[in-house]
Amino acid sequence: MPAKSGANGRVDVRKTYKLFIGGEFVRSESGRAYRFDGNVNVPRGSRKDLRDAVRGARGAVAGWAARTAMNRGQILYRAAEMLDGRRAQFIQLLGSGRGALKEVDDAVEALVWYAGWTDKLAQVIGGTNPVSGPYFNFTIPEPTGVVGVVAPEEPALVGLVRRVAPALCGGNTLVVLAPEVNPLPALTLAEVLATSDLPAGVVNVISGFRKELLPWLASHMDVNAIDVAGCTEDEVTEIEKAAADNVKRVVKLAPGEMSPYLITAFMEMKTVWHPVGV
Amino acid sequence: MAIAKRGAADLAKQTFEYAPAPESIDHVKIEPRYGLFIGGKMVAAHSKKRFPTINPATEQKLSEVVEADEVDVDRAVRAADKAFDSWSAMAPSRRARYIFRISRILQERARELAVVETMDGGKPIKESRDVDIPLAAAHFFYYAGWADKLEWAFPNRKPRPLGVAGQVIPWNFPLLMLAWKIAPALAAGNTVVLKPAETTPLSALLFADICMQAELPPGVVNIVTGGGKTGSLVVTHPAVKKVAFTGSTEVGKLIQRALAGTGKRLTLELGGKAANIVFDDAPLDAAVEGIVNGIYFNQGHVCCAGSRLLVQESIAEPLLEKLKLRLGTLRLGDPLDKNTDIGAINSKAQLEKIEELVESGIEEGAEIFQPECKLPERGYWFPPTLFTNVSQSYRIAREEIFGPVLSVLTFRTPAEAVEKANNTPYGLSAGVWTDKGSRILWMAERMRAGVVWANTFNRFDPTSPFGGYKESGFGREGGRHGLLPYLELV
Repeated sequence: MPAKSGANGRVDVRKTYKLFIGGEFVRSESGRAYRFDGNVNVPRGSRKDLRDAVRGARGAVAGWAARTAMNRGQILYRAAEMLDGRRAQFIQLLGSGRGALKEVDDAVEALVWYAGWTDKLAQVIGGTNPVSGPYFNFTIPEPTGVVGVVAPEEPALVGLVRRVAPALCGGNTLVVLAPEVNPLPALTLAEVLATSDLPAGVVNVISGFRKELLPWLASHMDVNAIDVAGCTEDEVTEIEKAAADNVKRVVKLAPGEMSPYLITAFMEMKTVWHPVGV
Repeated sequence: MAIAKRGAADLAKQTFEYAPAPESIDHVKIEPRYGLFIGGKMVAAHSKKRFPTINPATEQKLSEVVEADEVDVDRAVRAADKAFDSWSAMAPSRRARYIFRISRILQERARELAVVETMDGGKPIKESRDVDIPLAAAHFFYYAGWADKLEWAFPNRKPRPLGVAGQVIPWNFPLLMLAWKIAPALAAGNTVVLKPAETTPLSALLFADICMQAELPPGVVNIVTGGGKTGSLVVTHPAVKKVAFTGSTEVGKLIQRALAGTGKRLTLELGGKAANIVFDDAPLDAAVEGIVNGIYFNQGHVCCAGSRLLVQESIAEPLLEKLKLRLGTLRLGDPLDKNTDIGAINSKAQLEKIEELVESGIEEGAEIFQPECKLPERGYWFPPTLFTNVSQSYRIAREEIFGPVLSVLTFRTPAEAVEKANNTPYGLSAGVWTDKGSRILWMAERMRAGVVWANTFNRFDPTSPFGGYKESGFGREGGRHGLLPYLELV
């Protein structure tokens, strides 16, 4: 919603919306843009942009996964702080009504809620296993790696945050497809995340035409899982077919879901054995 | 004194021959032909196609089984579907009792099951007797106890069974894989149609008899035999709500693709190419035993086998020397002999696959070592084999061989070991051998694999979750985590 020139004669400094890839705000390498509302230019990301985003995400996996659980929690909490600080901007982006106000509150709440899960998850979901023999055996959850996120179009902000937060909470890195018809909340959320101490590449956001991006995300051999909360049934079928190329995990939990089971949907259970003896 | 000492030294040098110690088979009754287990009894099949199941150690036909067709599979799935209503509604503590019963009968009939497993699959009797059958019984016992405690397993959720589970299992641990599939499915309140592997159907058919002996309600477990086509009918049947598959990554991908858009729940336990990493401070003798167990256990027909040995450069020489010596003491031969370490290769097709890959290793420039080892004239055999001078790009370092073939690579630093270990699309298991505790945990954190064995290898337990990262599949079997694939959390 770009503001028109004000009555006082001020000419607004409009924002150029950009993709968020590898920690940088960039235009599409293709040089293309589209106007989802007939007015604002938004980058029309290409297959190459998507590949760059996956590469950025892959490069960030080891560092992000190695952060302590508490540190990841602090960074998610920082994201909540940054989002809360931009309430006015997001409320305006979402249409300024009471619904918009609630949506921003809910999005902040989702970040705070998942921030608190980072250092509790392993205790609730993992554990030690009493095997029959002189071995110490334990199971811990670990991030699955690079996760593709196709967030729902509506609610554009909280729908996205409720998918991004759990995947981040578990230590994954993300490639997010912004909804084609309503990309601004996702692209603006990238600005929040960019100022939340998230290492570069941990979250990447691509806007553009779904048809041009989704098949490549689904079939990319370096993407470990894909969240299809924002996909139609037909899209899910196609994604599931393509996902088989590298045994990708396809996550289909309800869009509004908030639970530790959504965090572990993007995680692998690792079990370690060691003998006990003197 | 001097004489006694010399006598002892001579004695120590003397090698002993082992007298044959075959397990008797006279208490085992294998029918000449089998039908299918559907709706609580053995029934004649609609399909007229049958195929033999042979003993891979002798190439003798043991029995004939049905290649179940679409009509047969449909009957089995409908029987399971019909049984689901009452089985899922049954008081969980009653459901538990049936599963406990099955576990007990498996223990009671352990000898019979072990012998049949060895005859049909070629694995050494000491393995089927000491590993496969006890673990299968333990698995049922463990999950039986979960049946009436499901609401304690997943906080804040109500667990609900899914319906009919279609399960397809491999030939390397036939009864154990059956247990891994059926026990959690039944405990969670589902019913089952299971297809055993084409080359090893007999223990599953014996299990059908155990279900009858346990008076398990009709239709709760159904067993249909056949090959890949029958398996595909099972997993794609519209009334099957959950699919569980253990087997090759290639077939796993076909199944994942085939189920796209069906809404069926899926778990896959697929191939592996595990790294077994030995550091210079590892206790070498223990590591050698672990390496041998890692790759020569069950003729290397193990998805989590430690098929890539990564050894720290500084100890490569002494370790390989010890390992080669140890290989020379492995006894290959009659799987029914209680002293046999290496049994028969499961099938002719598998033997050909192993031979082809070993050939490729030689062609690509790796150096082969095989101990002197007389192979029996009949049956399918392959000697324990190791390759040195292996580059990461060789097929023997990348592809799952599923045979007694070890590829040896070296590394200098822990970081290089991690890099090489993870340099594979697979991620099922990994091993690390070192005396340093902090290094074990450092390595365990970094290896992208579902199971990490530190200073041990190839250990399994019903309480311990098992399953892969990456292209080794998804979902876990064993432990509390093994229940999840069979439940909907409401």
